Amino acid sequence: MNSVLPEYEAHTGQALLARNGQYLTFILAGEEYGVDILRVQEIKGWDRATPIPHTPAHLLGVINLRGTIVPIMDLRLRFGLSPVDYGPTTVVVVLKVGTATRERTMGFVVDAVSDVHDIGGDLLRPAPDFGPAVDLRFVRGLASVEEKMVILLDIDGLVGRDLDELPAALQ
Amino acid sequence: MNIDLSQFLAVFYEESFEGLAVMEHGLLTLPEGPADREGVDAIFRAAHSIKGGAGTFGLGAVTEYTHRAETLLDEIRAGRRPVTSAAREALLQATDVLAQMLRALQQGEPVDEAAISASAARLDLLLREGDAVPVPVHPDGPSRTDAELGGSSGNDDNVWQVRFQPHAHFFRTGNEPLRLLRELAQLGECRVETLVASVPPLSTLVADDCHLGFSIKLAGTAPETDIRAVFDWVESDCDLDLTRGRDATPGLLPLATAEAGEIAASAVTAEADVPVSASSGTSVPPADGAPVASQVPAPREPRSANRPADAQAQSIRVGIDKVDALINLVGELVITQSMLSRFGEHFDPSMLEALQDGLAQLGRNTRELQETVLKIRMLPISVCFSRFPRLVHDLSARLGKQVELKLSGEQTELDKTVLENIGDPLVHLVRNCLDHGLESPERRLAIGKPATGTLSMQAWHEGGAIVIEVADDGGGLNRERIHARAVERGLVAAGEILTEQAIDDIIFLPGFSTAETLSDVSGRGVGMDVVRRNIQSLGGQIEVKSRSGQGTTFTIRLPLTLAILDGQLVEVAGQVFVVPLVSIVESLQIEPRALSRVSGAAEVYRLREDYIPTLRLREAFGLAAGAVEPVRRLIVVVEVEGARVGLVVDDLLSQQQVVIKSLESNYRQVPGVSGATILGDGSVALILDVNALVRSGGGLGRVSAGTGVAA
Repeated sequence: MNSVLPEYEAHTGQALLARNGQYLTFILAGEEYGVDILRVQEIKGWDRATPIPHTPAHLLGVINLRGTIVPIMDLRLRFGLSPVDYGPTTVVVVLKVGTATRERTMGFVVDAVSDVHDIGGDLLRPAPDFGPAVDLRFVRGLASVEEKMVILLDIDGLVGRDLDELPAALQ
Repeated sequence: MNIDLSQFLAVFYEESFEGLAVMEHGLLTLPEGPADREGVDAIFRAAHSIKGGAGTFGLGAVTEYTHRAETLLDEIRAGRRPVTSAAREALLQATDVLAQMLRALQQGEPVDEAAISASAARLDLLLREGDAVPVPVHPDGPSRTDAELGGSSGNDDNVWQVRFQPHAHFFRTGNEPLRLLRELAQLGECRVETLVASVPPLSTLVADDCHLGFSIKLAGTAPETDIRAVFDWVESDCDLDLTRGRDATPGLLPLATAEAGEIAASAVTAEADVPVSASSGTSVPPADGAPVASQVPAPREPRSANRPADAQAQSIRVGIDKVDALINLVGELVITQSMLSRFGEHFDPSMLEALQDGLAQLGRNTRELQETVLKIRMLPISVCFSRFPRLVHDLSARLGKQVELKLSGEQTELDKTVLENIGDPLVHLVRNCLDHGLESPERRLAIGKPATGTLSMQAWHEGGAIVIEVADDGGGLNRERIHARAVERGLVAAGEILTEQAIDDIIFLPGFSTAETLSDVSGRGVGMDVVRRNIQSLGGQIEVKSRSGQGTTFTIRLPLTLAILDGQLVEVAGQVFVVPLVSIVESLQIEPRALSRVSGAAEVYRLREDYIPTLRLREAFGLAAGAVEPVRRLIVVVEVEGARVGLVVDDLLSQQQVVIKSLESNYRQVPGVSGATILGDGSVALILDVNALVRSGGGLGRVSAGTGVAA
């Protein structure tokens, strides 16, 4: 872990330390994930989405969010976790996502919304290197809150990779 | 008082470009000979506003350059020189150079100094010749950009002696001498002496008249143009004398770069001076700063405050009547809403009828609101037509042809997006008409036509569409040459007999150009196929009609708006899709025997005499999984660029107008889908991109393209 730190500090340390912010956390297959609360536009119940042709399975389709067409992504499927049936607690967290090309509004299906935590930069730890088995590209860092571990997501990186880089191959 | 002027810059540029358009239009319609007072006035005013604005923003180069054009115009206006074609051309060129300068400044790019000085020299030459007295162009205002303001590099340590005597009505025009003095103080160290000689005795003093004059000694190297620029707005409301003289007054040392503190200090001096000297007179004019300082110099930019400051943001000018209509409708909507909300509080069945009435009213309100909002995006086509007089003027001169341009229906409104995208295709059509369509004057006379050809551009509404017609009275399309060229290019089989209309349509095929030599007017390798593709991408169509020896007419039909589309709802595997109605030729029930496979893979459908390729949406969109295929299926025949494809769907639902929403803004482009819409039940339906679907038919599309031409 120590060997990771210097490099990590160099790349993201400053940015992380500057973010003494509030995080909305949600549950995905028993783990707690967090996103910057300022990105959260709203939280709504699950509603059927209109599928879009030629898209990966984790992109469930698009919904009508008060007149705007908003794509919905299932984070379970995106992370390769086993799919579950959508139940009464299944929620869609609508986030503002900024990628290289534009700012998007997107919905993410999660198992349940958990809590809002203040996470100071000093509580953040870089994700340990698990080797190639675990994809850590979209993990901003780990934080311990009340004895629990919260995984902070880099949602911009995730969406940017999915929507900005891949479509060239499709067209 | 430091108003951040940069927020008004965007407005200045916008208004300047409008002013340039006015100048250009005026110049083109200005008859030669003695000046037409009204026409010249309009041009002069436009030039003057640009100069004034540029002065305010410290764009010295623009001010200086515009001054030349303005001087020339002023002499014409005063009747001291007639309108000559040389003057007109020079002024037209000046509008181009100005437009270029302003654009460069707006984008922060370097200006084309060579073009400016060449054009300036041309104007100077014109100014010098003739009996008009040349007005000196301030030699000490070297061309500078706004960045250099304040730190100019003069070469002597002069002191400017400024005598500034506001007229009595000065305050009543919303002006404030103090503001001007402070502005002056930013150009260098100022020493202000207030002239109280003309202050009348208290008994006869009118409190809101201005009786004070100011004598200002300004140290520093500020050029005269900058000093005059300070007084630009009040030119007609004061007497201003500017003299340059070496002044050895101690304490007035030259200041090449005035420090902020010193400016502030001198500003305070100036401020302090005024009330003191004024009170030594009799009464104090309202000059104590606070209330007056907040006054923005109002006369010429009343709209500035409510305009967006962002230069990048696109803006749209909306007639006040449209805005008022919207406000009325929103008012009604609020009333309906409050009426309906009563029902939510306590409802009993006896109120059902009232509720239904209310809902009907709500529906009416909503519909009207939608229509009115859409109208905001509608602009008259004159915005686009206005560039053609100049284009035709320049082109006909270059081609040695005489052309009269007739525009009509300029007030016909269409969507801003459509408007912005129709300009280039129209320019191309007009170029073609001038270059290939109209004959030379000699030829025209020889065949008994008037020497001056006519090019007419018309626009009108027809149904839910706008029709734009570009017509010339030239020779018409040369069908023999078109046919020969088409055969040569392999676009048409050698022995094939085509109807006249089919030959005319060949000009829209990719890879076709009849121009024997590429001229610089048309035929830059961009053909009519590009024109047609552009128009089709806007959801429109183009047709050509030609009568030999009498002329060619291009008719463009465009949807009024890109925000709404007439759609046919179809169902495929339980999902609803929207097919644009404009591309549907017919829909019919599938006759299983008419379906057959070509070489085992591609499927074609026999439609009367033709075979058309089919596209099973279910498979194309990967929707097959899970859904049961219905026995009775339908085929929707769509046509794009003469190519027809049959879309196989499960069911036809209703036809309705749908509001087009972007998939791209929050997601990305999806092949085969042009957008999405929201249906009555709130769910999302995808709109099919028929163009892309037909093109994805690949080789199959071409089979029917051939039959399309022959049909």
